Amino acid sequence: MKMTDEKKFQRIATIFLTILTVITLLPILLIVIASFTSEQSLLADGYSFFPKKWSLDAYRYMLNQGKTIFRAYGISILVTVVGTVVSVLVTAMLAYPMSRRNFKYRNALSFFVFFTMLFNGGIVASYMMYSKFFHIKDTIYALMIPNYLVTAFNVFLIRNYYSNNIPEALIEAAQIDGATELRTFFRVIIPLSVPSIATVSLFTSLCYWNDWVNGLYYIRDAKYFGIQNLLIKIMNNVEFLKSGSSNLIGTGNMNLPGTSVRMAMAVIGILPIIIIYPFIQKHFIKGVVVGAVKG
Amino acid sequence: MRTVKKKKYRGTAKSGPLLLIALPGILYLLINNYIPMFGIFLAFKDYDFVKGIFKSDWCGFKNFKYLFSQDAFTITRNTILYNLAFIVLGTVFAIFIAILMCELGKKARVKFFQSSLLLPNLLSWVVIGFIGFAFLNSDTGFINNTLIKFFGGEPVAWYTTSKYWPWILILVYLWKNAGYSSIIYMASISGIDKSIYEAAQIDGATKIKQIRHITLPMIKPTVVIMTLMAVGRIFFSDFGLFYQVPMNSGALYNVTQTIDTYVYHGLMELNDVGMSAAAGLYQSLIGFILVVTANAIVRKVDKDNALF
Repeated sequence: MKMTDEKKFQRIATIFLTILTVITLLPILLIVIASFTSEQSLLADGYSFFPKKWSLDAYRYMLNQGKTIFRAYGISILVTVVGTVVSVLVTAMLAYPMSRRNFKYRNALSFFVFFTMLFNGGIVASYMMYSKFFHIKDTIYALMIPNYLVTAFNVFLIRNYYSNNIPEALIEAAQIDGATELRTFFRVIIPLSVPSIATVSLFTSLCYWNDWVNGLYYIRDAKYFGIQNLLIKIMNNVEFLKSGSSNLIGTGNMNLPGTSVRMAMAVIGILPIIIIYPFIQKHFIKGVVVGAVKG
Repeated sequence: MRTVKKKKYRGTAKSGPLLLIALPGILYLLINNYIPMFGIFLAFKDYDFVKGIFKSDWCGFKNFKYLFSQDAFTITRNTILYNLAFIVLGTVFAIFIAILMCELGKKARVKFFQSSLLLPNLLSWVVIGFIGFAFLNSDTGFINNTLIKFFGGEPVAWYTTSKYWPWILILVYLWKNAGYSSIIYMASISGIDKSIYEAAQIDGATKIKQIRHITLPMIKPTVVIMTLMAVGRIFFSDFGLFYQVPMNSGALYNVTQTIDTYVYHGLMELNDVGMSAAAGLYQSLIGFILVVTANAIVRKVDKDNALF
């Protein structure tokens, strides 16, 4: 009787979760299928899970005419890589003194970081500052610096890892051997905190790859569009894709399969995430749990 | 997590080198977070693009008077009501998923379902806007072309018909976030002592009874704390959800505009710096009070989970 109850419940849970999973994945599948649908089918029958005619035109077009797209992709990769490396380094360095129990300004520094979680001056003031004083508009820095470089959440995540997993005796030992603080940090702390650094790198790189808000505020010149901002642009004006390609080359006048290209672009935008997802999934889940339990 | 014993330490560390290591981070937070805090004075200025930030005329509370005579009610109502719906439905869904996951028993299945349900959380709002477009656009959208044709009915101009949007936005929110929030409740459920369930089984309690009388009461502290934290953030909305998913459609502003999209709209599209700043300050101040209050309550409930 007890066993059947358990088995029955397992079956019910499986059925419910299968339904939820299908509902979750179908919308993503729809845009993937749309990107492989011929333009005529799309215009005649609309987006469909069972298109009348399949086609690779959208991807062929992107390969032939892809200057604008490749450039945006490159910008996104550059911003993600450089942004993540700088962000994680500065964050880990800020977290280190906060974890040292015999550092005089430990509490003051923690409060300094923590207060940014409670109050902010709002986007208007920071927009004015970045655009009028730092003249960050239409530069690559606008995509890396505002908002994301150091967040209190990440600082505390790493700080907690240091204080819970790295024995202070180890730091003392290194310093008795004559290591400076900087050397201690790079030779002792960093190698011992790889898991927390991996988690924060993961969150940060996702954040940079998916960001479009900085671009929306600070980028007007399409030269600096990353993939997300290019997507926004072509949603309103798909012809924009033609702007980067020269008409001198033979393929210059190829017809633009506007509807399917839009969806193919979105697919390209999520492709890196889908590819690395199986490898990061475990760390991502761990990070969420650790971050939620105590920020 | 707390495995390292906390000892008394001899002496204090030299402050200089440690401050130097923290310096890049300190400078960044000063610029990115602290300087803009002083920028709230913009809310009391009649901003003039020619005169600039400091030379524009002061105008007292004019921006606030204007804000509160016009849109403050709509944007406050939208922000709070959507957040309430998200808190209630989001929590119910997340717990529902978490309980189902913990009943699966088989690790491989858990991993598969969890990965799938988490996937939307990794997509940008821009891409989700595209997915919405594939469903909703009136000419080629999936709903008008397939669902409505199949079930019968008139095609709907989704991006200009505001009455459906509260449901659409709630649905999209749940689609993106339910899997993510369920992780926290799964962790909470798997922390429950298994022997309690065994004892209940011996006493003949069915699964439903076990969930109702063991699981739910045991995760109540987590629910209370997550809810309080969310209530503390009730004045802030997810800009991407309210900007990208409705495609910034003016016809929908009445039901889609929240304080965050309003500030963006005022600053970047209407160039009304003073009023945007006023709306932003209104959000920051009330937000600050709510976070501090929520935290004070959390600390009373469970000291370990308080932010400060």
